Amino acid sequence: MKKLLIFLLVIAFVAVTFAGCAPKEKAPVTMVFAKSGDAVELDPADVTDGESITVMDNIFEGLVRYKPGSTDIEPCLATSWDTSPDGLAWTFHLRKGVKFQDGTPFNADAVVFSYERQRDKDHPFHKYGKWEYWGWCFNEIKKTEKVDDYTVKITLSKPFAPFISTMAMFTMFVVSPTAANKWKDQWFTHPVGTGQFKFVEWVKGDHITLEKWDGYWGEKPKIDRLIFKVIPDASARLLALQKGEVQGMEFPNPDDLKTISSDPNLTILSKPGLNVGYLAMNMGEDTSGFQKPFADVRVRQAINYAINKKDIVDNLYKGTAVVAKNPIPPTLWGYNDSVQDYDYNPKKAKELLKEAGYPNGFKTNLWAMPVSRPYMFDPKRIATAIQADLKKVGINAEIVSYDWGTYLQKTENGEHAMCLLGWTADYADPDDFLYVLLDPDAATVGSAGNVAFYRNPKIHELNMEAQSTTDHNKRIELYKQEQVIIHNDAPWVPIANAKQTLVFRNNVKGFVLYPTGDYHFNTTYIEDKGSK
Amino acid sequence: MRNYVMRRALNLLFVLFIVSILIFLLVRLAPGDPARVMAGEHASPEALAAMRKEWGLDKPVIEQYIIWLSHAARGDFGRSIQSHESVLTELLLRFPNTFELSLFAMIFAVLIGLPAGIVSAVRRYSIFDYGSMVIALFGVSMPVFWLGIMLLMIFGVKLDWLPIGGRLSVYTSLRPITHFYLIDSLIELNFPAFWDTIKHLILPSIALGTIPMAFIARITRSSMLDVLHQDYIRTARSKGLNENIVIRKHALRNALIPILTAAGTEFALLMGGAILTETVFSWPGIGTYIIQAVNARDYPVVQGSVIFVAFLIAIVNLLVDLTYAYIDPRIHYK
Repeated sequence: MKKLLIFLLVIAFVAVTFAGCAPKEKAPVTMVFAKSGDAVELDPADVTDGESITVMDNIFEGLVRYKPGSTDIEPCLATSWDTSPDGLAWTFHLRKGVKFQDGTPFNADAVVFSYERQRDKDHPFHKYGKWEYWGWCFNEIKKTEKVDDYTVKITLSKPFAPFISTMAMFTMFVVSPTAANKWKDQWFTHPVGTGQFKFVEWVKGDHITLEKWDGYWGEKPKIDRLIFKVIPDASARLLALQKGEVQGMEFPNPDDLKTISSDPNLTILSKPGLNVGYLAMNMGEDTSGFQKPFADVRVRQAINYAINKKDIVDNLYKGTAVVAKNPIPPTLWGYNDSVQDYDYNPKKAKELLKEAGYPNGFKTNLWAMPVSRPYMFDPKRIATAIQADLKKVGINAEIVSYDWGTYLQKTENGEHAMCLLGWTADYADPDDFLYVLLDPDAATVGSAGNVAFYRNPKIHELNMEAQSTTDHNKRIELYKQEQVIIHNDAPWVPIANAKQTLVFRNNVKGFVLYPTGDYHFNTTYIEDKGSK
Repeated sequence: MRNYVMRRALNLLFVLFIVSILIFLLVRLAPGDPARVMAGEHASPEALAAMRKEWGLDKPVIEQYIIWLSHAARGDFGRSIQSHESVLTELLLRFPNTFELSLFAMIFAVLIGLPAGIVSAVRRYSIFDYGSMVIALFGVSMPVFWLGIMLLMIFGVKLDWLPIGGRLSVYTSLRPITHFYLIDSLIELNFPAFWDTIKHLILPSIALGTIPMAFIARITRSSMLDVLHQDYIRTARSKGLNENIVIRKHALRNALIPILTAAGTEFALLMGGAILTETVFSWPGIGTYIIQAVNARDYPVVQGSVIFVAFLIAIVNLLVDLTYAYIDPRIHYK
């Protein structure tokens, strides 16, 4: 025992001595960012979770991308594109002289490989993935073809203007065919793209290290090493940040925001994301949960007047959200700011109920999600607050909840009268809210995205027109019109748009928040002076 | 002895078989369709059907079980629904993390708990006795996440002696060979990494070891008190033996069996992964892996991990039983 102790002491001593005399060289500029969870996998086309995507944002690029901090599209690996008059064929002209991080040249073959492996069931690489997002968002793509080395043609089955927004999604990042074919079923842990950072190592459950890639075609990043460290507990993340072990973190505890803002070493970045949390009122007479009062627009408006949204956002979202008045978030193009929200006005609500023939209110149910979602952290407490607000105008709502999987299925069946739900957009296009959540097409009992079963033919007409025209300004106008109609018809009470919040040491500069929730560290730099 | 081990091994197989049936049914009885949970707000009926087909969830449960069992018997627990990664690979990668932490936590628990228990028993009703038993009571009732955060705040931030969680600093490089970082760093003669690993182990070991420590202290005290009142101790003392030898050789050795049982059980439990400690200290162990899988309804991972943990617990129990014979020569296994 004593010998062992002496041995350990000697080792510790030697270790400390050696650690002290390592040769001094210029330390690489390292940014350690604390994440709440590890990536699931690193094949951009095969993931559905944010923790994986935010890492890959830095390794891969698509043909187009979002302008920093906005939802507008700009060229990336494609320098330009054009559309056939019928809106079916999209031709992309690719950037020349671009290489993947493994040295493979970027060209039309790489693009065709990246997309066809997801679509074509007979593609040799198809068996290595699940390609869920392809099924969710890219069904309209018929095929991707090489025209010449630097031109690619994508053919759609129907004209679909939001297509260009979907092209900026991670699913459409271009991967190195050489690396993918080399690693096959292990490719998802060996990502190679054309982005600013190249993959170095992944210690599962602990960290992922990326390194500045010197062969990048555009402006090179200002940090040498980018490390995503997994710290699952929000309090521990904050401690690591306060201590300076990490330079940035995601998902702070809402309760800690006050402490953070009073800490002179820390900076909070925050911006509404592409999401909306809402209360849907079931108008579908063919559903089992339908109740007659909700067919009356006055009742739906009354409920809009009755709910104190600001109170909910201030006290239950604890300031990590903004009050929503439209079905689309304010950071998305096409947002109609001129819509005047229903104010909190119980008196007006009572009048409307009386007009509608319910002077004493009525009995109903209010469904609340069993889980915290990015657009609604505490659905049960929000439901309780809404219940209390409704009670004040005479509406007695019983709160109902199921496990998450069942909840989704039952709301799609329309078994509720009112339900809380929300949406996080996959791509930055109003179509991903207004068509998916409010179009008559999406109000099929059993698989409804439109859980208000709101079926206004005018909305469908406007949605179809906006899908088929590629004139951006025209599309903005159409979506603005839709928001006015939806406001008046009041199928929802839009409640809140949750903000994404990141915290950095205050010597970290240049990071830009994207409404899509992507993390791009290419513009980030660390100032020498300042705290440790 | 050999017969005994053989019998226990057969027994173990039977236990694992029962566990496998239970866990297989349990995960399927839990409400919520995994395809739905995975797809969230998305998913058309076609996409959901395709997902269920791909994971074999469209087959009858019995058939799913037989397919799974035939693979599991060959050591193939399948692949994670979420990540494609082989469940066994992932478990073997995480097992050393959990083992290293559990071992250190147990060392901490025994190093403190055992002497405290002995001294309390010997100096019964002294200030030390009351003091250490009150501390033990605190230890047993302390919420681990709170203790963890407090340790981090004090030793990690305020005093700045130790790191905030993780197994190794991101700046320390170490080539994983066995994935037991202490062993790997010694093989590579990478002393900075060895020292870094030790530093990262200290706080989580204390947090995780506190409850077993308190438990061991209490068991040791009561077990020692029993033994100290036996006639042969009086005899030993009356024949003039040194008190030190009476306590170490005569009393402690006889008091060890219940202590060992308690320590063994605690250790086996720790091996199942300590979810709270792992979360607070960002420790990539088995516990967090299972919890993530349960939340995502990742059936293959849940099934594989539970069997794996059941196996570990059974093995630790077997080892504890075998140690009895070593400590107490009167115990023979036939």
